[in-house]
Amino acid sequence: MVISEKRKKLLTWLGAVLLLVLSWLLPASGLLNPYVVQILMYLGINMILTLSLNLVNGYMGEFSVGHAGFMGIGAYAASIITVWFLPRAWAFWTFPAVLVAGGLAAAVAGLVVAFPSFRTRGDYLAIVTLAFNMIVKSVLENLEVVGGPRGFLGMPRLTNLFWVAAWVLITVMVLRRLVYSNFGRGITAIREDEVAANLTGVDTRRVKLYAFLVSAFFAGVAGGLFAHLLQFINPRSFSILKSTDMLVMVYLGGVGSLTGSLLGATIFTLLMEVLRPLGLWRWVVGPLLLVLLMIFRPQGIMGFKEWKWFKERAVSSEQ
Amino acid sequence: MLQILGQNILNALQLGSVYALIALGYTMVYGILTLINFAHGDIFMVGAYLSLAAAAFLLGLHLGLPAVVVFVGAMCFSMVLTALLGVTIERLAYRPLRQAPRVSAVITALGVGLFLENFTLGLLGPEPRHFPTLISVGAWEIAGLTITPLQILIILGAAVLMVLLDLLVGHTLLGMAMRAISYNRQIVPLMGVPVDRVISLTFAIGSAIAAAGGLMYGLAYPVLDPYMGVRIGWWAFIAAVVGGIGNIRGAMLGGFILGAVEIFTPMILPSSTYRDFVAFSLLLLLLVFKPTGLLGRPIFERV
Repeated sequence: MVISEKRKKLLTWLGAVLLLVLSWLLPASGLLNPYVVQILMYLGINMILTLSLNLVNGYMGEFSVGHAGFMGIGAYAASIITVWFLPRAWAFWTFPAVLVAGGLAAAVAGLVVAFPSFRTRGDYLAIVTLAFNMIVKSVLENLEVVGGPRGFLGMPRLTNLFWVAAWVLITVMVLRRLVYSNFGRGITAIREDEVAANLTGVDTRRVKLYAFLVSAFFAGVAGGLFAHLLQFINPRSFSILKSTDMLVMVYLGGVGSLTGSLLGATIFTLLMEVLRPLGLWRWVVGPLLLVLLMIFRPQGIMGFKEWKWFKERAVSSEQ
Repeated sequence: MLQILGQNILNALQLGSVYALIALGYTMVYGILTLINFAHGDIFMVGAYLSLAAAAFLLGLHLGLPAVVVFVGAMCFSMVLTALLGVTIERLAYRPLRQAPRVSAVITALGVGLFLENFTLGLLGPEPRHFPTLISVGAWEIAGLTITPLQILIILGAAVLMVLLDLLVGHTLLGMAMRAISYNRQIVPLMGVPVDRVISLTFAIGSAIAAAGGLMYGLAYPVLDPYMGVRIGWWAFIAAVVGGIGNIRGAMLGGFILGAVEIFTPMILPSSTYRDFVAFSLLLLLLVFKPTGLLGRPIFERV
């Protein structure tokens, strides 16, 4: 069945509204058990993280392994604004703005990684991003004003399923528009061959800079959501281990695919929940999965493929 | 003041020896495969645990064995087993990816490292283990400096291993094969060099040296935990990059520089918790301004 573009657009908006209404009603009505709601919120946060990392690692083909650093900066920035600068009574209404501020703080930090990426690629850039992750963690541990290694607390629990669902939708929509835009073709061109992209008129520096900024922004937003869900953050939450979890989700679901990111985040989050009875051994599964994936299916389940709903509009049906 | 400085230089030499031994493994594998073996720090951790197991076993026999026998026994045991581990990892995880994009191999290396950490954690639990004291002879006072036999043992032991490795790479057939593979991996098999075997041996030697480093680290800083390889491994890795990754003498130099960074950070900055910040900032600055390290050759990308 071929769905006309107009109907597809309408259905997409209806689906989005329905998702938001459900995410508001279901937890409020008490039909969903709070444990399930909790897992769904973590799932949403993981989806945002995976989508944002996939922009750099999947679409652009760069290799960032320090994404938890951006998440941490977003989490700390958003928490500090909520706790220090805003009266409690306002906190509920200013929450979206606080998340955006956290995202912007992460995006500014993204500059630190974006500029070295002009000069270095591949494994050297991987080292830069890793060093960035380690530096963020180390700075947070040494900042006594935000609790140092003990962590930072005092945020009210502002994150709910509605906000998580809303931000997942925003991330998907923004990234979908981005990757199918002229700009997005530049991103893919860098993945295929940076030198050739440069020669055919792609301003690779600008494209890389913006891609890192967008990616860091959404990771920061996810950090803000995470902080206001857990109500307690410490530097260890944003270590290289967290970055590796994100890598597993990206490469499991599929590189260069929005569907893949959503799928990877879902499978990994649910798997870790199901494996909870294994105790400490649970943490062996993620790394093992990563190694097996790299050997047998390095592009992931949906690598470079897309569910038809997320595909770009066929140009012919438009005219 | 001069005494404090001298004492700290001695401590930096001791720590730097351990970093240099681990940095050698990173740099050898990078030189031959252009792969950053992120699992190497965890191979070092396994080596330290294996030496602990061997030392505890030998001491548990209550035969009154002299410390030297226990030391040598633990060293041989852990070096052999860790070499086997290194070869196994290369065979199972890295060899299938030799033709794959380099990024896949790097991610695999990260995965292998985490696997080793979490496997050890699952096996032994999160409690740190204490390394038995093998050498408890008192310290000597020389020119106001306190020198322990352990320090001498570590610095000399590391130096001997480094000289042996330098001779091996520079003056033997195996070393020549290693340098040839590092120079051009496409042509070398046509000259009759058994590439797979040379790569396996490289992993074996690198891992065995890391195991020796693990034993020395365990003797000097006798608390082991499954995540110890992360920090030490990263520091050794920075050492390899500072010296110029792929360059064996550079790794030794980098190791001593990083040892000095760690020891002198608390003297200049308010607390030793800034050491990671200093080391990784050093790495970041170096990568931006001199990506090839102090002794490395420049890399050109062929278009």
